[in-house]
This record gives sequence, structure tokens and C-alpha cells, in this order.
Amino acid sequence: MSSPVTIYIPRDTTALAMGAERLAEEIAAEAAKRGESVEIIRNGSRGLFWLEPLIEVDTLDGRMAYGPVDSQAIDSLFDQGFLQGDTRHPLCQGLTEAIPYLKKQQRLTFARAGITDPVSLADYQQLDGFNGLKKALQLDGQQIVDEVKASGLRGRGGAAFPTGIKWQTVLDAVSPKNQKYIVCNADEGDSGTFADRMVMEADPFMLIEGMTIAGLAVGADQGYIYLRSEYPVAYQILNEAIANAEAAGFLGDNILNSGKNFHLEVRLGAKAYICGEETSLLESLEGKRGMVRAKPPLPAIVGLFGQPTIVNNVLSLAAVPYILSQGGQAYADYGMGRSLGTLPFQLAGNIKRGGLIELAFGVTLRELLEEYGGGTFSGRPMRAVQVGGPLCAYLPESQWDTPMDYESFQAIGAALGHGGIVVFDDTVDMSAQARFSMEFCVAESCGKCTPCRIGSTRGVEVIDRIRNDENRAANMELLDDLCDTMIYGSLCAMGGMTPFPVQSAVKHFPEDFQQPAHNNGARS
Amino acid sequence: MTAAKEQLLPVVSDVIADLNHKPGALLPILHEIQNRLGYIPPESVPLIAESLNQSRADIHGVISFYHQFRSTAPGKHTVEVCRAEACQAMGSRQLEAHAKATLGVDYHGTTSDNNITLEEVYCLGNCACSPSVRINDEIVGRVTPDKFDQLIDGLRSQTLEVL
Repeated sequence: MSSPVTIYIPRDTTALAMGAERLAEEIAAEAAKRGESVEIIRNGSRGLFWLEPLIEVDTLDGRMAYGPVDSQAIDSLFDQGFLQGDTRHPLCQGLTEAIPYLKKQQRLTFARAGITDPVSLADYQQLDGFNGLKKALQLDGQQIVDEVKASGLRGRGGAAFPTGIKWQTVLDAVSPKNQKYIVCNADEGDSGTFADRMVMEADPFMLIEGMTIAGLAVGADQGYIYLRSEYPVAYQILNEAIANAEAAGFLGDNILNSGKNFHLEVRLGAKAYICGEETSLLESLEGKRGMVRAKPPLPAIVGLFGQPTIVNNVLSLAAVPYILSQGGQAYADYGMGRSLGTLPFQLAGNIKRGGLIELAFGVTLRELLEEYGGGTFSGRPMRAVQVGGPLCAYLPESQWDTPMDYESFQAIGAALGHGGIVVFDDTVDMSAQARFSMEFCVAESCGKCTPCRIGSTRGVEVIDRIRNDENRAANMELLDDLCDTMIYGSLCAMGGMTPFPVQSAVKHFPEDFQQPAHNNGARS
Repeated sequence: MTAAKEQLLPVVSDVIADLNHKPGALLPILHEIQNRLGYIPPESVPLIAESLNQSRADIHGVISFYHQFRSTAPGKHTVEVCRAEACQAMGSRQLEAHAKATLGVDYHGTTSDNNITLEEVYCLGNCACSPSVRINDEIVGRVTPDKFDQLIDGLRSQTLEVL
């Protein structure tokens, strides 16, 4: 009897949302019925989300991909020899590694995504896992921080602050209680983003390793992952991974017999977008309302429970193991100008081939939309693209040739944010989108400062009047004034950036503000 | 009703005793109470306040700040419809309207048979296969109005079986 055939079926949120759980059960049942010996491994996603559920079969040449697979296809897959990696079935995508969407990427942070069982320490270690930690254990704090500085890594949460400098500040800070903290911001609330989620669901040990290295660097023995409660799958996988890492001595007391300690706990948010802002997040972790704090003092100096704290995004921390194991320079060799390394772009919304695309900075938006994305899902022309989340600009086609790096985007009044790209086709009503930006701020403002709390409510009202054709010219002027007040008068980016999508909609899609809105938002 | 509520308080006390040693324990306590009871009964506020040495106003303030925490019992199932941009680009505005019309409730409302509570959510991280809906702890992608109806039918028949 031959050894069992290995089948990979992801346990990632999107794969599950497209039916992977039931599929795994049905494939196991069908194999049993046919007397085929199979081993099903629940891996992470490769990030080729339009193909989910993407199942892979181990063959001598590599993994053969089939997707998107649904229940109806199971019989024919077995009939046409998918267990032998037969390529005849119409859902066969060829060898996974040869799929151009994946092959053309430069995967550093996502090198293991979808390849491994996310909670298997053996899988992780087989593919360079914990090499960064082992290296870090041989260095002192300053040497670790120097390596991160050399990488040129900038915070991937959106603000792009140099990570090494933040770490240096925490390293140099004196804690009155001799306690420092590492906090991972996993409150990935921007629509169109799922890179953090993918790290946590496909390769959680990488985040654990990155946080542990951060702890070693600055002398912190406690870390928290502040995870949004909208990610129940990530919560489950992270907790499994933490338990496994602790049991094997990679986390907890006396890490790898080094005498160093680092403890890690996942804390859930409670549906509040503002808690992705770092000071609000810290308040929430302390058990309070997520009200934004005034800065200074910086969290690096007065952070969680008043102690020096590193607050980094998932992707920033996830980049650290590579930087330590391969050296800061190896990371800095990717990218352009002051945007070094890679950024995982996330293609979402009305797009034919949505998914995660990790590339060095500098690729143009159009390449992502057309070569990777393949146009809209609806088949209609693309009209507007929002890059960077709900606080960032909508870009018209004339700006799609902009290189995707921090400085080039800043130059056109836009931002990369967390790398999310949301595509809209020509049915979009941009005045409705502008209204939503204000409405979202009404729902999610922490309420501490007036421009954000009241300004957003007034913004909805003004845009409603414009859409109803009431005193249009005067209200357009008022909207402009209001946006200025919010930008310059708000305490944090929530109120300060909410006007960006609004202003970009007005500037680049003026026609949508000039005629009375019909049909409750739908353009004909 | 009062008797039922009295039975809830021992659960609240257990949760507090389990978790109040944690630094910043309030959110973990609130989550766990809501996990076990479906909501945070207002009667639990003084217990939490006393245990954490905070005022009742502090605790109430935190409960009311976060969209997730609720002070009244939800229906048997919670259905959340994503309202964020990536879902809008794929027709979530129509899906929202359909959900409200089908269930006959607005957001935060519960159907008259106490079966389904409808909530809004801003992003479930399934943005490449939108529009998305979350039913209890399960996320579903590419939800058309037809698919929504099937999901709801599933919840209704499930409840009948349980009854």
C-alpha cells in the first residue's frame, strides 16, 4: 500500500468564507469512500484569494493547485486523478509555485504563507523559523536595534515611522518600574486590508518571533497582541501557536535556555476602529474607553501602564525575523529611495483576482490593478481606487501610474497606508463614498476632540445638502472649510485624515457632486 | 424575568474571580461575560466596579464606548453585515437593504421570534471576496441577496430543530 497523498486545504478566513471547512470534510469522506489514503493538512492561504478554496496536492514535481473548488467538483477531481496531480481537470491551476500571480512576487514576509501548517513548529523551523531569534540571543539590545535600523524598515501600520528609531527610544528610556512592553497593533480595521490577518493565520510564529526579538532588544518581558474581535479565526490560530511555542521553550521563561523571558498574550478589541490608533489602543489595553491620548509624551517613553512601550504593526514585527536572520542590508536591498524592503499590497473590492501581492516598493498601481488584478470583478470599467484605507484618497485613472512608495504617494496627496487597494467600477457614486467617509467618522470617532466628533456629523449633513442640490455652491465651499478645520484641528489621524477621501472625491470626480443624486446612490 | 437575571449573577462573579488579576482586566472580563451570557446585564456593573475598584460610571462608560458590548440579550444568532468600502464596491449597500427588509429589523434590532439580531460591522478582513457577512463566529464571502436568504433559512431551520 502506498503512503497517503498529502492534500492542503487552508484554514484561512477567506478560504473558510468560501467553504473550505465543509470541503475538507467532504474530501475526507470521498477519499474514505473510494478507499484512497489521504492526509489533509490545514495550511494557511497563499493569498491567491480569487482561487479560494485553493486546494493543493503534493506531487513529485511540487504542489499541484486546484481552485476555486466547490462541493460539486469533488467527484470529478477524484475521477480525473487529482490525487496523482493530474492536470486535466478544468480547476487545475498547474503547480502552485508557477502561478504567475505568485511567481512574480518578492515574498520575504510572506515566504512561508500557505506552505506550512500555521501551528506546526516543525514546519516553521524547517523554513528558517526562529533563526532570527537565535541570532538575536547572541546579540545585545543595541546590536539588535542597529540591525533593524540598517534595514530601513518603516512602520507598516500606515504612518511609516522608522522602526529602528522607535526601538532605540524604548531601549534608551528608563522605566520607573523596571517594566517595558511590546505591543503589537493587530487592530487591522482598514477596509481592503488583510495582510496582518494573513500573517496571523498563515505564519503566526513569525509574529511571535518578531515580538520576542523586540523584547530582547529593549528589555521587555511582556508582550500583548491587540487583536480586533472581527478576526475570530486569527484569534484561534494565534492562541494555538502561542501555546505550542511556550511548550517548546521558544516563548515564556528562559527562552531556549538563554535565561531571558518573554511572555505573550492576545487581547481582543471590541469593534472600535479608533483602537487602531496607538494611544487609543493602549487605553483599551488598560481597560478603558479607547480615547486618544495627546502626544507627547510618546508611547515609547510613557506607554502601556505608563511604561516605555514599543507599539508596532503586525507587518513591522513580522519583518524582523528576516532582518535578524539575513541581516538588515539584505532587507534594505529591496525597495527604492527611502521606502526600503517590501510591502504586501492587498487587492480588494471589485477586482477579478483579489489577493495579497508582496513586492518591493516602486511597482505602479496600474501594474497591480491590471497585471495582477486583471480588471474588475463585474467586468465594467474601473473608475476609482482607494489606496490605504478609509482615511486615504480615492485615485482617478490619471494617477494610476504613480509608483507605490511612500514619497511618490505623498507627492500626489495620497498615502499608501497599510497597502490596501479597494477598486470600484463605474457604477460608483463618489458623493455617496464621500458621505460614507464622514459617516464612518461619526460612528468611530472617540469623541475627544471637537473637529472630529462634531465635524464629521456636520460633514454628513453638508454632503447630504449637496446631494439634494440645496444651495450647492455655498455648501461646496462650506465642505471645503470643514475639511480644513478637521485636517488642522483634530487630535489624531481619525479626524485629521477623514477629509482626504472626501476632498479627493470632490477634486477628481466633480461630476458626481454637480448633479442631483438619483436612485439613492446608484449611478445609471 | 428577575429570577432569570438572578441566575446570571453567579456567572458574572465567576468570570470576575477568574480574570480580575490580569493587568487591564476590564475588557477581558466584559468579553467573557458576553461570551457566556450573550450580553452584559446591567446588574453586573456594580460587581465589576467593586472588584476593580472603579466607579460604576467608569464601567458603564467602557461598555457603552465599544460597539461590541451590549446590555440587552441578543437573539439566538447574530448576523453582521459588513458596511466597509471593499464590500460597498461589490454591492453591500443593496445587501444591507435586503437584509433589513428580509429580517424586518434595522441594525441592532432582533427579529420578533427572537432568533436573529442584525448588526453592522466595519470590515471582516475578507475584502478580496466581498461582500461579507458574519454569522455568529463564521464569516461568509461573496454574499448575494439569494445567498443571504439561504443562510437565514439555515438559521431558521436550525432553530426549529433545536426547539
